[in-house]
Amino acid sequence: MSDAKTPSKLERILAAGHQAVTSECGPPRGSDAEVIRKKAELIRDHVDAINITDNQTSVTRLCSLAACIHLKSMGVEPVLQMVVRDRNRIAIQSDILGAASFDIHNILCLSGDHQVFGDNPKGQNVFDIDSMQLIQTARYMRDEGKFLGGDDIARPPRFFVGAAANPFADPFEIRVRRLAKKIAAGAEFIQTQCIYNLDKFEQWLAQARDRGLHERVAILAGVTPLKSAGMAKYMKNRVPGMDVPDEVVKRMSGVAKEKQAQEGIDICVETIQRLREVEGVRGFHVMAIEWEEKVPEIVERSGLYPRPDISGGP
Amino acid sequence: MIVAKPKPFEEVMESVHPFERILVAGCNECVTVCEAGGKKEVGVLASALRMSFMNEGRQVRIDEVTLERQCDREYLEEIRDRIDQYDAVLSLACGVGVQFMAETYVQTPVLPGVDTCFMGVTEERGVWSERCQGCGQCVLAVTGGICPISRCAKRLLNGPCGGSTKGKCEISKEVDCAWQLIIDRLTELGRLDDYEQLAPIKDWSTERAGGPRRVVREDVRS
Amino acid sequence: MRLQYPNNIRIVSVPCTGKVDLLHILRAFEKGADGVYVLGCMEGECRYENGNLRARKRVEKAREILETIGIGGERVAMYNLSSSEAPRFVAYAKEMTERIRGLGPNPIKNAVKGKAA
Repeated sequence: MSDAKTPSKLERILAAGHQAVTSECGPPRGSDAEVIRKKAELIRDHVDAINITDNQTSVTRLCSLAACIHLKSMGVEPVLQMVVRDRNRIAIQSDILGAASFDIHNILCLSGDHQVFGDNPKGQNVFDIDSMQLIQTARYMRDEGKFLGGDDIARPPRFFVGAAANPFADPFEIRVRRLAKKIAAGAEFIQTQCIYNLDKFEQWLAQARDRGLHERVAILAGVTPLKSAGMAKYMKNRVPGMDVPDEVVKRMSGVAKEKQAQEGIDICVETIQRLREVEGVRGFHVMAIEWEEKVPEIVERSGLYPRPDISGGP
Repeated sequence: MIVAKPKPFEEVMESVHPFERILVAGCNECVTVCEAGGKKEVGVLASALRMSFMNEGRQVRIDEVTLERQCDREYLEEIRDRIDQYDAVLSLACGVGVQFMAETYVQTPVLPGVDTCFMGVTEERGVWSERCQGCGQCVLAVTGGICPISRCAKRLLNGPCGGSTKGKCEISKEVDCAWQLIIDRLTELGRLDDYEQLAPIKDWSTERAGGPRRVVREDVRS
Repeated sequence: MRLQYPNNIRIVSVPCTGKVDLLHILRAFEKGADGVYVLGCMEGECRYENGNLRARKRVEKAREILETIGIGGERVAMYNLSSSEAPRFVAYAKEMTERIRGLGPNPIKNAVKGKAA
């Protein structure tokens, strides 16, 4: 299909024409790396790469970079999530080089939730550069081999650069333009917010296709299995940028409590099966935070197992 | 204008407590408009302080003055002839005025009576909101006249983030999403295509990060 | 009607309670008043529309301040009545007097006396 520009396994799987599967792990609120290793072991054979979140919701955790290094040392492909909330451009470039020194090849560029949500609401935030500019920075360091200041980088980083997209956030009219902007900034893959409203997602994707954006970036559809009707309601009403249609809540509530978890997994599998057929969906990002043990079932039932073996490739 | 709000009375009382002769000094400009430190507020605070001291059995002299502003030497000079009559000045000017008063009368402790908050507008009487953070390199021409640095909680130059909900910022329903405002404005101006222009990385050296700032205009210096 | 009301009340007439300033209230206490109440027209019947509403806000502010400085917020009050309600006038006067008697003298009175002496 196309040639990969980096040693990233994720990029090479996509370049070979397969639908990619990624997942994510949240690091612990402590220094025990075993927590990360255990989660990764549960899913490593069922995904192509694993995202490590970066102090998500502004709650202080073991840093994404260190957790990615732990993954790397177990032979698992990491995706370094990096927010611009906590670092200035010096720390950003420095962390990028730190990751590159361990041959980490995937980066997801994010803004980061405001610190008011986390355990340090009185702290400062940085936002020296924004997430778009982080995409540009990562591409610049890779493609030009230079620091933002203009000096040459010895052994430049070789990142496959990604960004997030939320087809369900407000304002809807701007979401495809925003996708276009991220592509113009240099994004090469996209992971979307988790999808429950398939119609709306397909509407967004259709608009993206109209502009040819699906050919310029690999869109991975985000999915999250619902554990309970309570979770569905919570996400519908209390999480900004989340669209959970009434039918989904009804479906979860219509089932006995002990059966809701399985119903949530079924919905997730059906979502993947439907979206696999949609033009422009190049893969899936399965987010089952603190429920990683269900990822294998989801991947298998969706027909995405076994994962392609491209180790023999270029 | 600079928007400030009165400090809690207990805090003010604690800071002036050791003194016997206090001058409460207001300012006729910004703090008058935001009803925190003008002549009226000086009167009310002075009265409250007198009664508070009397309630402790102390007879403390508390005088009142409201200067045109406290950020220009000529107005601060107006009290030079009587500053020695006081052990302390409680200034209700913004942080700028408090400091300039202190720089002008180095022998006299100058205490703040208001908390200085931001540069902003009067939305209606009693409601003031932030508009400018003095970044030193104004980008309003490209954002339809709405500042993403002072009105976006993350000062994103290429917003909005994924937390924007129904036109409000993720941090609070009371805060407008600056980027929603910008998008709406650009739409009204028929310039929504401008949205896809990538704003470059900002030079923050003219902002607080670059250190205390100074403007020198040789063309108007005498 | 020639009704009797308590003789410890000093009346200050104003064309509308909207004219009563926060400072007037505070200064009264500064000079040793034990209590201050503002008597305005019924809400909605102010000849100047909202004069009595402004007065209420100022009375609230005065209450806050007096409470904070330890004089006691209950020493200030606002009542509403129409000009023809003489019995009500008396009732409020009695009520306020009772309340202030219960609270005792303005604590800073002694300090004021000391100053005068």
